[in-house]
Amino acid sequence: MWTWEPIRVRLSSLITAYWADPVLTAVQILMVMIGVILVMAFYTLAERKIIGWMQSRRGPNRVNLFWVPGLGQPFADVVKLLFKEILVPGDANKVLFRVAPFLTMIPALAIWSVIPFAPQKAFANIDAGLLFILAMASLGVYGVILAGWAANSKYAFLGAMRSAAQIVAYEIAMGFAMVGVLMAAGSLNIGRIIESQHGGPLSWNWFWLFPLFVVYYIAGVAETNRAPFDVAEGESEIVAGFHVDYSGMAFALFFIAEYVNMILISALTVIFFFGGWLSPFDGYLPASSLLAQPGFFWFGLKTLVPMFGFLWLRATFPRYRYDQIMRLGWKALIPVTLVWLFVEGVLIYCHVGPWKGHI
Amino acid sequence: MQGIRSFIKTFLLWELLQGLWVTLKNLFRPKTTLNYPEEKTPQSPRFRGLHALRRYPNGEERCIACKLCEAVCPALAITIDSGVGADGTRRTTRYDIDLFKCIYCGFCEEACPVDAIVETRVLEYHMEHRGENIMTKDKLLAVGERFEPVIAADRAADARYR
Repeated sequence: MWTWEPIRVRLSSLITAYWADPVLTAVQILMVMIGVILVMAFYTLAERKIIGWMQSRRGPNRVNLFWVPGLGQPFADVVKLLFKEILVPGDANKVLFRVAPFLTMIPALAIWSVIPFAPQKAFANIDAGLLFILAMASLGVYGVILAGWAANSKYAFLGAMRSAAQIVAYEIAMGFAMVGVLMAAGSLNIGRIIESQHGGPLSWNWFWLFPLFVVYYIAGVAETNRAPFDVAEGESEIVAGFHVDYSGMAFALFFIAEYVNMILISALTVIFFFGGWLSPFDGYLPASSLLAQPGFFWFGLKTLVPMFGFLWLRATFPRYRYDQIMRLGWKALIPVTLVWLFVEGVLIYCHVGPWKGHI
Repeated sequence: MQGIRSFIKTFLLWELLQGLWVTLKNLFRPKTTLNYPEEKTPQSPRFRGLHALRRYPNGEERCIACKLCEAVCPALAITIDSGVGADGTRRTTRYDIDLFKCIYCGFCEEACPVDAIVETRVLEYHMEHRGENIMTKDKLLAVGERFEPVIAADRAADARYR
C-alpha cells in the first residue's frame, strides 16, 4: 500500500526533520483543497447540465475542453469572475464586508480535516469529530449574517435573517439525527462511526435509522440554503439575499462555500448512513476479494448519489414558503427524530437488530 | 379515513416522490433545444424578416411611390418622398424604413400593388452605429438584389394562397 513515509524521509534529508512534517501536511492540505474545489467546479457544471436535462434543455455546451462540449464552462466562469471588479457599497461596513466571504469559506473547508477519505486517511483523527463537524457547520452562518449586515441593504439583511432563522431551526433536527448515529456507533469518532457499520449495505445505518437519514438529508439541504429551502437567496423576492451586493471573486467565495458545503453534506450523509469508505460488497464477497476492499473509491462513488439528489431536488420543487419551512422544521422533522431516537434507544436496550451482540 | 390516509401520505412524502419521478423521467427524454447557430428551425415562405425593395428582371424599380405602405404602416416606420424619375415616371426619391419602429407585421408587403416592398427570410442582422437602423432606399434595393432568387421563390411558393 502506498504511503507518504518515503517522501517524508526524503524531505527530512533535504530540509530538516523539524520542517518536513509541516511542509508535508501543507502539501496534503493543498491537495485536498484543490481536489475539493475541482470537484466543486465540475459540480456547478453538473448542476447546470442536469437541471437543464430535467427541463428538456441541453445545458451549457459552448465551452469545449478535451472536445467535450461544455466541460470548460467552470473555468470560463472562474476567469470571468476573476476579471470582475469587487464593488464595495459606499455605506457598507467595509471591514465586515470584506471579512464575511472568508467566514463562510473557511469553516466549509475546515470540516474536511476530519473527513476520512479512506481507512485511517483523515488529517485529524480526533475523538470528538462529530462535535467538530457540528461546531464548524454552525460557524458558517456567521459569514452569512455578517455579509447581510455589512452590505447595509434591506434585501441582503432580510436574506441573512431568513438564513439565520432557518439554520437555527434545522440545526436541531440535524443534531438529533447525528445523536441517533452516535447512539448506533457508540462513538463520536468519524472513523469509528464508519467501522461500526461494516457488514454490507443492510448493516449500514440507513436501514435501521431510515427516518433519521431522511431528516438528516432534508436538514442538510436546508442548512446549505439550497432549493427548495433557498428563501435566503430567493431570487424572486429578495434578489439574491445576503450576497446581493457582492461581485467578482467575493461573490465567488460565497458560491464556492455553498457548493463545498453541498459536497460536504453529501459526504457526511454517506459517512453517517451509508458506511463511508466501506464497500457495498463487504460481507457478501470474501474479505480478500478486490471489490470488498474499503477505500476512497467507494466513498467517492457513494458521495455522488446524495450530490445528485441536491440537484434533483432543486430541479423538482418550488421554493417553500417561509412559514412552511418553519413548520416542517419544528413540527415535522424534530418530532420524527425524537420518536425515532426513542425507538432506537429501546432497540439498543433490548439488543435487537444490529445491536444483538452489544453489552 | 381520509384524514389518516393524507397523514400517512404526508409522512411518506408521497407527493414529493411523485414530483421527483416526473423530473427523473424528463432527465432521459430527448432535448428540445436546438444548437442555434449550427441547427435552425424551419422557416415558412411567409417569414417576415428584414425588408427589401425589388426590381423587375429588366432592372427597373418596381416601386411606383403610391405610398400605400406608408399609409398602412401601423408603426409609422415608413417615410416616402416621390418625384419624377429619369424615364419620366413616378418614382421614390426617398424610401426609409426605421427598423426600430417596425413591428414586422407584413402589412406593407400586403398593401403593395406591385410586390416592390417585401420582407425576406433574413433574421440575423445587427447595427453597430447610430442611424444604421434606418434602411434607406439604396440599402433596401441592395438587400433585394442580394436575395432576389429566394424572394422570388418564396412569392411563387405562396402565390396560390394570395
